[in-house]
Formats: sequence, structure tokens, C-alpha cells
Amino acid sequence: MADPMKIRATVQGDVADVRVLMAHPMETGQRKQGGKPVPLHFIQTITAQLNGKTVFSADISQAISRNPVFAFKVKGAKAGDKITVTWKDNKGESRTDETTIRGGS
Amino acid sequence: MRQALMLAVAAAVAAVAPWPQAMAQTEDPVAADFDKFRAIMEEANPAELFEAKGEQLWRTPRGPKNASLEQCDLGLGPGVVKGAYAQMPRYFADVDRVMDAEARIVHCMITLQGFKREDLAKKPFSSATKTPDPVSITTYVAAQSAGMKLAPQQTHPKEKAAYEIGKEIFFYRAGAYDFSCASCHGVDGQRIRTQPLPNFTRPEQAIRAIQGWPGYRMTGGVMHTLQWRLNDCFRQQRFPEPDYASEMMSALLTYLTVNAQGQEYKGLGIKR
Repeated sequence: MADPMKIRATVQGDVADVRVLMAHPMETGQRKQGGKPVPLHFIQTITAQLNGKTVFSADISQAISRNPVFAFKVKGAKAGDKITVTWKDNKGESRTDETTIRGGS
Repeated sequence: MRQALMLAVAAAVAAVAPWPQAMAQTEDPVAADFDKFRAIMEEANPAELFEAKGEQLWRTPRGPKNASLEQCDLGLGPGVVKGAYAQMPRYFADVDRVMDAEARIVHCMITLQGFKREDLAKKPFSSATKTPDPVSITTYVAAQSAGMKLAPQQTHPKEKAAYEIGKEIFFYRAGAYDFSCASCHGVDGQRIRTQPLPNFTRPEQAIRAIQGWPGYRMTGGVMHTLQWRLNDCFRQQRFPEPDYASEMMSALLTYLTVNAQGQEYKGLGIKR
């Protein structure tokens, strides 16, 4: 089972700033260990939802680094709203985590 | 021909030699740019993933004895994590020696959870595919001292002795290059490639030995602690490999931390 993400979401006005840290090896398939190539293993899709409604989705490739960071802004959010992020990788593994948007300073 | 070549080399060395002094001080645009880059990266440091993992490892009953680490005494009483990292290395009466954070965590994993020292010391450093548990746990413990002032203990005679031993190790020249830690880190204005090297004998620069560790290294995407950092310094000096989490490593960490005492520890770092 994949390790949890860390999601930080703070709102300023009606725009939420969301930062997501994902724990994933993101193997490119190019790396070798003990002479043998390490098989391709990378996140293919990322979806973010605000209160259950998809606001962001992306298809990404093995060009993204290990333990990637994603940051995005969502309009029309307020403190207390829920942000849900899901990733799915090429081995069919996936992970979903949720956080509550906090009021900004 | 050979002589001509030697002369050419000598001339090249002479041409290069004055350069480090000229470039020496902190007003270095390359270093300043890198600091900016690091500040951006710190806003979302993957080290936090390892902190979360470490916290889970700390709380979960594991090992042959199926115990959690919540009874582990990091110097402030069993289970007290907040602020403990900033006050280590320190003397622990139960083992009658000075221990740094990672050495103490390894000790707790052995005594409380029943792990074997040989297993933990076999591959103690992170690779692309594996982060050893003590690394994640040390990351968690260190993060709970973020924003605190470094206050390594120097009251017990063994703590004072550790400082002196650490100092001796720091200045001890040996190995194929006749190097010591001080060859690079005991002089002002040194650099290795584009990296300025802090002078750890100066209190205001010694903090840079401790600051930013445990840190996430963007090269390779791995999490490393001070145990790794010091180990790699010895490798670069072509010294024999020091024992993992040994008394010697605690002594050297005592020397470095005491030199930096009173300064703020900012928490987990991110490295190039």
C-alpha cells in the first residue's frame, strides 16, 4: 500500500492555494540496479476535487521526479471545504487523500 | 617533453591558486541564486513525507517484541519527542555514553522493539528504492525541534569528553590524501566546485553543519540524516568507513553541535 500524501490547502479571498506532496518512486524505466533495468513505475493520472467536484486533472509521464510536488490554485473555495486528491499509476495502484481547506493568514 | 608538461601544470596551478581567495566571501551570486531556489523548494519539501512515515513508525508496535517507540527516552523522558533533537547529543545513563539522535533511536529500536543491531547497521543509508526506518524516524524526531535553539548538553563529564574527542577527530589528519575534516571545514572561504564550504570552527558558521539535516536530496530523491552526511565526508577524505551510529560519530556530532549552540534549528532541509 502506498504511503499517504501530504496536502496543504489555504484560502486567501476565494482562491485556495493547494500543495500536494506525493510519495512515489516514479521509476523511469531507464535506471539500472545490479545490471538489470528497474521496471517503469510512474503516476499516470492525478485528479483533484473540491467538495467532490473535479477541478483539476492531469495525465503525467515518467519525466516527473520522484516524490513529486504539485501546486495549484482553485477559485471559489472557502475555509472548511474539502480537497480530495487521487493518483493512479501504471501498475494500477492508486491512493486518495483528503484535507480541509484552512483560512489564510 | 615531460618537463615541459610539468611546467605547464605548474603554470596552470599558479594561475588558479589565487582564485579561491578572490571569490571567497558570501556575496557570491551563484550561492545567492541557489538560496533563492532552495527557498522555493522549501515551501513543499518532500522531507515531510518521510516525517509522516517516521511518525507512523514511531507509534506503531513493531519488531520481534511488537512494541512501539513511545517509551523511547530521547533525553526528556520516555516518549517526549518535542524539542529532544535540539538537545542532543547528550549523555544517557542507561548506556553510560553520549548519543546523538539517530544513535539513540537505533538503541531504542534494539532495546524496546528487539531489532538486531547488525540488521540495522547493514544498509543504514537511503537509496533510490529504500529508506531505512531509522532515517524516517530521525526525520520525524528532528522535525519536532524545528524553530528551537540548539542546546546540546555539556554538563556530564562524558559530554565534555565527547566534545574533546570530537574536536580531535575533526582535526585528525590521515588517509591517502592526508586530510582532516578541518582541511575543508576549518578554513574560511573554501569551496568545493560551486559549493561554499562553511568553517565549522566558527560559531556563526558551525550551524551550517546541523542546519538542513535531516534533508531531502533532490539528486536521486533520497532522504539523508547527519549520520550519512558525516559518513560521506569520511568517504571523500578516503578514511576507513566509520561505524554507523557509533560513539565516535556521536562525539564528532557533539563537537559540531556544541560549536553551533544557541542558534536556531530550522527543521528539515532540502538539498541540491
